[in-house]
Amino acid sequence: MTSTSTQADEINYLNHQKGIWSWLTTLDHKRIGILYMITVLTFFLIGGIFAMLLRVELFATGKNIMSAAQYNQVMTFHGAIMVFMVIIPGIPAFLGNFILPLHIGAKDVAFPKLNLLSWYCLVVGAVIAVSSLLYGGVDTGWTFYTPYSIHTNNGTTFVVIGAFVMGFSSILTGLNFIVTVHKLRAPGMTFWRMPLFVWALYSTAVIQILATPILAITLLLIAAERILGVGIFDPALGGDPILFQHFFWFYSHPAVYIMILPAMGIVTELITTFSRKVIFGYKAIALSSVGIAAVSFFVWGHHLFVSGQSELAGIIFSFITMLVGVPTAIKVFNWTATMYKGSIQFSSPMLFALGFLFLFTIGGVTGIILATIAVDVRFHDTYFVVAHFHYVMVGGTLMAIMGGIYYWLPKIFGRMYSEFWARITWVLIFIGFNVAFFPQFVLGAMGMPRRYYDYLPQYASLNRISSVGSWTIGLGFFIALGVIIYAITKGKKAPANPWGGKTLEWTIASPPPHENFLIEPIITAGPYEYR
Amino acid sequence: MFFGTKAFAGSFMPIQGSTFAASVDSLYKFLVYASLISCALVIGGMIFFAIKYRRKTNDDKTAYITHNSTLEFIWSFVPFVIFMIVFGWSWYVYLQIRVVPKGAFEINVVGQKWNWDFIYKSGRKSSGEMYAPAGEPIKLILSSRDVIHSFYIPAFRNKQDAVPGMYTQMWFNAPKPGSYQVFCTEYCGEGHSSMLAKIHVLPKDKFEEWLRNDPYKGMNLVQVGLKLFDSRCTACHSVSEENKVGPGFKGLFGKKRDFADGTSLLADENYIRESMMMPAKKVVKGFSNVMTSFQGQLSEQEVLGVIEYIKSLQ
Repeated sequence: MTSTSTQADEINYLNHQKGIWSWLTTLDHKRIGILYMITVLTFFLIGGIFAMLLRVELFATGKNIMSAAQYNQVMTFHGAIMVFMVIIPGIPAFLGNFILPLHIGAKDVAFPKLNLLSWYCLVVGAVIAVSSLLYGGVDTGWTFYTPYSIHTNNGTTFVVIGAFVMGFSSILTGLNFIVTVHKLRAPGMTFWRMPLFVWALYSTAVIQILATPILAITLLLIAAERILGVGIFDPALGGDPILFQHFFWFYSHPAVYIMILPAMGIVTELITTFSRKVIFGYKAIALSSVGIAAVSFFVWGHHLFVSGQSELAGIIFSFITMLVGVPTAIKVFNWTATMYKGSIQFSSPMLFALGFLFLFTIGGVTGIILATIAVDVRFHDTYFVVAHFHYVMVGGTLMAIMGGIYYWLPKIFGRMYSEFWARITWVLIFIGFNVAFFPQFVLGAMGMPRRYYDYLPQYASLNRISSVGSWTIGLGFFIALGVIIYAITKGKKAPANPWGGKTLEWTIASPPPHENFLIEPIITAGPYEYR
Repeated sequence: MFFGTKAFAGSFMPIQGSTFAASVDSLYKFLVYASLISCALVIGGMIFFAIKYRRKTNDDKTAYITHNSTLEFIWSFVPFVIFMIVFGWSWYVYLQIRVVPKGAFEINVVGQKWNWDFIYKSGRKSSGEMYAPAGEPIKLILSSRDVIHSFYIPAFRNKQDAVPGMYTQMWFNAPKPGSYQVFCTEYCGEGHSSMLAKIHVLPKDKFEEWLRNDPYKGMNLVQVGLKLFDSRCTACHSVSEENKVGPGFKGLFGKKRDFADGTSLLADENYIRESMMMPAKKVVKGFSNVMTSFQGQLSEQEVLGVIEYIKSLQ
């Protein structure tokens, strides 16, 4: 073992080929993962700066730094970038790409060339979307509701086509993961022996390939309506604007689970590793991922509770939405139970996992409040919704991404980061997050609508607190970026298994060799055998 | 915790202005308490375990507990039962919100970028301010002239989208006279956050008196224009030189206007009228073409009033 790991120290996937061209044409899932990491972190920085600007504008009533038209553009870019370029590709395409083949003992994904193509789809789509800035930008919000999006400035067409192209990135990644999981598992790696991160990615992949094409078609229809004047969604042309909402949310609600399921997968890995304990209820967690993925296709109508859809439809969608709460609750209880009689180490990845559990629970229960149709009628499109989905998306997914980055950074780059500074980032992000978003629940209860450039004086003090919180989060992420860059360039060398993890990636050198496993692993037991 | 106090309902939530507001709030309060208990259990359990089972030595052994079917069944079934109670309760309250009582007094509500118009069966119209009788069921028939808007009255705990090309409806019964805030809650562009309105609930006799009134009684044209301008134009236009979504109107009349297409013109009565009826025809340089037409919405007296009022802004 020692001889192979010293050998791998010298030659690994990072240095076995050199030069920018070797990166841009790489078929290695680990290198593609890093390409995604750079792309996603760059967009996260841009989307984050937009968020800070929004909060500066909302710091006080009236105009502060931008006009209403500029605010609407910044709001749209913040949402669209964070959704399509950060959170959707964030875990599957970046951490998933890197870790999934390692987790199942494979050399690579099933279709390495498709994998590279999917990265280019994301980049090309992003470039098309950003080029909208040359054509007046886009001010529709990330949801592109018709008929507003049909009549507003021309940049909308570019963002819509950009999102269409980026959708293919998501579809191809999902397809690749499904085939990889089915065909490339190491000998002895049965489905019930796969790490739960793989189960989560697998469930996500199913949603990606089934739901994303609907978005693609819908976005093309908008483009067709804008360019060719075909009446589909615009009542002025004989179309139906509510039809768009059905189409859009038929994708975008399952997409919410594209964003959160992989995060749940990461948290499962973190909790079991840092509790040094077998996961509680392996099958329940695995099947609840699949269950959430399946039910997620039948809840889209809760976005249309006040749109004019029929009362019966509203009641049915409210019922099905409540059902999603059950597998979600199961996961939360299982994670908590895993810590029972464990040996819990508060390394920064675990702090982020605990932060996830804290914030996601709040995001989850407020989700039930919003699923309650009689209460949603009043909270719909208020800051209560904004707070809820930020608790799930930022408090959930981004906390998990940060935990995942700190957890796997030693494996990915073979370097350790500063634990002290990583904890500082956790404190700033966790506290800043609650200061920023908890007041928004109260603002929503007070009636403040979302997507408001200006607000009534009674909402001023809570908005001020929220803005201060948002800058605290921003500072936290900014320091985290420094911690990551410093670790990659100057960090101490990492051992093969710094955390005492049991999954397969910890059995090989850090960073891994080009084709992952020098000797093909043979699996004889489950993934979390802490005995 | 401020959630636990009795002031919870009164301190920061809008007052309960409609007959069903209290039912919605009871359900909401139940949800908040149930949520607090769930969060306390999960987060409390997490913190308790994290402290109690923190790593003591580097070779701690842990219990090998893979699952517990009874426990897992209980924590799946109990949430399910709670969700179903909430669902049934919510269904009951939702029907109260949605089913319009027979014989409700009807008012048409029309959304347009960026103000709300109210049209009564008597032929009376108002804009930005709706009037309604207290203690009577009121049915609102909503529509939109351009994009989707949403009519939200926090105090009534009710909201409904106004969709172009179709009618939607909502209802309320406000027992107490008073003024209630209305917001637009479906994003509709630059003026979205200024698309506000007020509902003035009046005692029935006062309301009927209001309904009979000629709104412009005894007013000259400039006063008619001012009244109309204040309710329908101020979301986008100022009467100073300050530009909002649209240009400011001070000194507009008789001045040279430069348009986006490169042409220009001296502003006269014809120009003002055309800009109200066909706003896309001549867009002032530096502004975007976002105004919705007022074609067919104003009486001749009102059109002339607006023209005269703009002329008076020198």
